[in-house]
Amino acid sequence: MSMFSSKNFKLFTSPFNLQNPITVQVLGICSALAVTVKLKPALVMGISVTVVTAFSNLIISYMREYIPPRIRIIVQLVIVAALVILVDQILRAFVYDVSKQLSVYVGLIITNCIIMGRLEAYAMANKPWPSFIDGLGNGFGYAMILAIIATVRELLGSGTLLGHKVIPESFYAGGYMNNGMMIMPPMALILVGLIIWFQRSRNKELIEK
Amino acid sequence: MKNFSNTYTVVFSSVMVFIVALLLAVAALKLKPFQDKNIEVEKKQNILASVNITSTPQNAVNLYEKYITDSYVLDAKGETIKDADAFTVDLKEELGKPASMRRLPLFVSTMDNGTHQYIVPLRGKGLWGPIWGYISFEKDLNTVYGVNFDHQGETPGLGAEIKEIWFQQPFKGKTIFEDSVKFVSIKVIKGGAAPGNKHEVDAISGGTITSKSLQAMLDTCLVPYQTYFLKNRK
Repeated sequence: MSMFSSKNFKLFTSPFNLQNPITVQVLGICSALAVTVKLKPALVMGISVTVVTAFSNLIISYMREYIPPRIRIIVQLVIVAALVILVDQILRAFVYDVSKQLSVYVGLIITNCIIMGRLEAYAMANKPWPSFIDGLGNGFGYAMILAIIATVRELLGSGTLLGHKVIPESFYAGGYMNNGMMIMPPMALILVGLIIWFQRSRNKELIEK
Repeated sequence: MKNFSNTYTVVFSSVMVFIVALLLAVAALKLKPFQDKNIEVEKKQNILASVNITSTPQNAVNLYEKYITDSYVLDAKGETIKDADAFTVDLKEELGKPASMRRLPLFVSTMDNGTHQYIVPLRGKGLWGPIWGYISFEKDLNTVYGVNFDHQGETPGLGAEIKEIWFQQPFKGKTIFEDSVKFVSIKVIKGGAAPGNKHEVDAISGGTITSKSLQAMLDTCLVPYQTYFLKNRK
């Protein structure tokens, strides 16, 4: 099997739509609510989760033959935790302002169900390279939803994108106001709901009987 | 599924934990200088913000050198403690001590026009986590020159507003002594401060607990400076 076969490509792209971790598998919702007020932290969070899923999948897949099944969950946790701590330390050293905004949520990547879910469902039973691709795909699938929600919330809630003013002053002068609701977590949940609704109306196979 | 012996399981986990611990320890050591630098720069930015100087992480160190011209550590009697560095005093630790035992850092800034400001660091408990900041006074050690507040995790849109200009702006020009002798601090008033009152500012609607915590923080942190302030004001 070549490294970029069509099977691997499908592995990479299926989490974008039909197997999306957030909207279809409903995993990793909590962080999707918490870090999507502004776009920049959402993107950094998306990248961090992608790095952690991809590399934990890779490492666990290499080790899968040697992990005693009785302690496999603990082994997975140790690997994930180590990667998360590394990511957290690197963010603190090089993008300090973002790491402050993300605060505890970087640490909470450990508990992100997407990661454990992919390790158990995929990496424990597949070769390292496809596992890595699977991790990347799921990470991007997660990051994509975060980016969409964060774009809407930052634009309507603060009138900015990535911290730059987007809505012109003349709008505000004309009586336009930022929507304070968008800043609150429930709005993120409602937006996730809207995305799920949209996605299901387009893909009939996702609708349960 | 293969069967693994107990010995294998124990050895496997020990070796794995050892390797992981080693990796993390190395990473933490290598990244520590960068992280410390970030924290130091942020502190300098906050101190500068309290005397109304905006800085970026890039120019903060230079601006700090330029404007923050002196610093002392005081004891409760208002005497200067020798050989102490105000910048490295850990406020969290000091606040754990009884008021009479605390070491009190004080920074002095000099503006381009030659005026001096006196900056006091603040720290307290908010609704969800710590809140902190800096407050600067003019040379009468009574009138507020500027403030800067920050927080770890106050509610966005409510308590987190203490970071915003609209909340901090009204502190300017307020005074902490009544009739120049009685310490009254600055009160954060729910429902809005009385117009013209020299010791009150507006609280944040919906952020009552954070507002009250901020008031308590000002009070606790400024009280020990009273003696020094009354003695040294000009």
